[in-house]
Amino acid sequence: MGHSAPRYAVLDGLGDAVAATLGDRLLATRFTQGEYCFTVRREAVAEALDLLRDVHEYQQLMEIAGVDYPDRAERFEVVYCLLSLTKNHRIRVACTTDEDTPVPTVTHIWEVAGWLEREVYDMYGVIFAGNRDLRRILTDYGFRGHPFRKDFPLTGYSEMRYSEEQGRVVYEPVKLAQDFRNFDFTSPWEGADYVLPGDEKSLGGPPHADIPKTTDKPSDTGAGAAANKEAAKPSENAPKEDKA
Amino acid sequence: MAESLQDMTVEGLVEQDSTTGDLEIQNYTINFGPQHPAAHGVLRMVMELDGEIVERIDPHVGLLHRGTEKLIEYKTYLQALPYFDRLDYCSPLAMEYSYVLAIEKLLNLEVPLRAQYLRVLFAELTRICNHMLNLGAHVMDVGAMTPNLWLFEIREDCLNFFERASGARMHSAWFRPGGVHQDVPLKLLTDLADWLDTFPKLFEDSMSLVVDNRIFKQRNVDIAVVSKDDAVRWGFSGPMIRGSGIPWDLRKSQPYDVYDRMEFDVPVGTRGDCYDRFMVRVEEVRQSARIMRQCLNEMPEGPIASLDRKVVPPKRGEMKQSMEALIHHFKLYTEGFHVPAGEVYVATESPKGEFGVYLVSDGTNKPYRCKIRPTAFSHLQAMEFMSKGHMLSDATAILGAIDVVFGECDR
Repeated sequence: MGHSAPRYAVLDGLGDAVAATLGDRLLATRFTQGEYCFTVRREAVAEALDLLRDVHEYQQLMEIAGVDYPDRAERFEVVYCLLSLTKNHRIRVACTTDEDTPVPTVTHIWEVAGWLEREVYDMYGVIFAGNRDLRRILTDYGFRGHPFRKDFPLTGYSEMRYSEEQGRVVYEPVKLAQDFRNFDFTSPWEGADYVLPGDEKSLGGPPHADIPKTTDKPSDTGAGAAANKEAAKPSENAPKEDKA
Repeated sequence: MAESLQDMTVEGLVEQDSTTGDLEIQNYTINFGPQHPAAHGVLRMVMELDGEIVERIDPHVGLLHRGTEKLIEYKTYLQALPYFDRLDYCSPLAMEYSYVLAIEKLLNLEVPLRAQYLRVLFAELTRICNHMLNLGAHVMDVGAMTPNLWLFEIREDCLNFFERASGARMHSAWFRPGGVHQDVPLKLLTDLADWLDTFPKLFEDSMSLVVDNRIFKQRNVDIAVVSKDDAVRWGFSGPMIRGSGIPWDLRKSQPYDVYDRMEFDVPVGTRGDCYDRFMVRVEEVRQSARIMRQCLNEMPEGPIASLDRKVVPPKRGEMKQSMEALIHHFKLYTEGFHVPAGEVYVATESPKGEFGVYLVSDGTNKPYRCKIRPTAFSHLQAMEFMSKGHMLSDATAILGAIDVVFGECDR
């Protein structure tokens, strides 16, 4: 039976139909977990969304999500979640960009895109060309940086408190009473990519030393009459044997 | 002739006086909030007023921004769950719902039937709880006091039921990937059934005070009319889109868990004004009670969470007996479970509208990205569009009908 997440229409051949509509604007189609995601060229994203709204009846833009993949050449992915009220179906449209390249705005297609683009700009620093109100939205007045980037620390750079002496709110660099701890619970046996102390011994075969240690004579082992005598002594803590 | 001339000059003088006075009055800008009782939290709206007429509104949100989405990236899937309670703290279980369904969709995890019924039952109780607060706050924003006090009685009952199920009045963390955290005692279910027979009386009593009240109608009817087209373009959902006359309810059109077995009606508005949005919520309370009764009648016995031990931790009793259960418990509460790589967008019908979670997994035990789609964000963005040309005092009615909670809006 499987999961019980929201079940909506299953449209056969939607991928081909959308590919035919979008033409060379479409770069890739993914179909995973029953959801379509169309990656389009960045410059054509507004045209593509316009076509999807008018031709394929995706009337509502529900969300614009930014995702940061620092390893990629174009690190940011901007994901548009569309909903069709008439076909009862959802798709996603994605495009990639980097810090400097603007993405065309879709505010002329959906008014709701205004704030959604502002949020992606605020959190990731993605610029939307044509959005006439591209201000920060969620962060503090005068905030610097884009906090949801993967290279932005979770603790941030500045903290705020009320200063009794100055009688106002002051901003200061973050001072942590205790280092930020990021626990790693992944199992060391299943592909952990770090080296623990002592791990180097298990790498590259048996350990090698300049002078191999050998035990050629019985005295090399440390065993012998002296050791036997020592071992035969009763321990001080040993329980007294019952003599009865 | 002379008389009329004289009259004209006198009139002219009077007119000239009043116009010179008018010319001096200019639009002025005021701050609504951030600490305003009708702002439903920390909302600052910079309003440009022409007299008492709203010309422009610039809502400044984000005063309650806590970076929830970033915090979630540093937590395991299970540790991230309680953050959702703190989004919309008026309907916490509805927030958890989207998240657990998103995880289950990525894992393709089957949930036992009893757990599905329990989740629907408590999601609807959450809806009643949320609407009690919103309806009460809305009538108080437009000047009525009594209904709010009465509706808080009902809300208190709801919170007591949450406490009996999960141990917490508000931040339950009771929905878990794979089911719910704990089973409910039978007495709780019978008490719920009794309560479903008694609370409508108090609810209908308090509603009878406002729904046909002349003052209430003057403050709400024809205020902030939103057409169907506008509702779609502004990304409305939930009671806001239904108030505009579009019969769109995710519980009906995209059913999750056992909503497809439930019989309920979707109320829609006819004019798309604040009064319609209010009345849609009033009817939703009745329909939620109907769904809850069906849940109580049909709920089967059985497990309350998936028996997949790689996702759902074992109960304490089992741990006393089985070494394997102990290992699973330890692993699930330290490392957590790994979710296969992939991405899903899962949206449920929260009391306020479409609450979505866009979850990106990279195959580890922590979400790579968890984008939360709040309902209030798109509704609040339309605040200027809805308030333009209305009076300053209407802004509170419009805001009340949006049903905005800033924990969710700002995340």
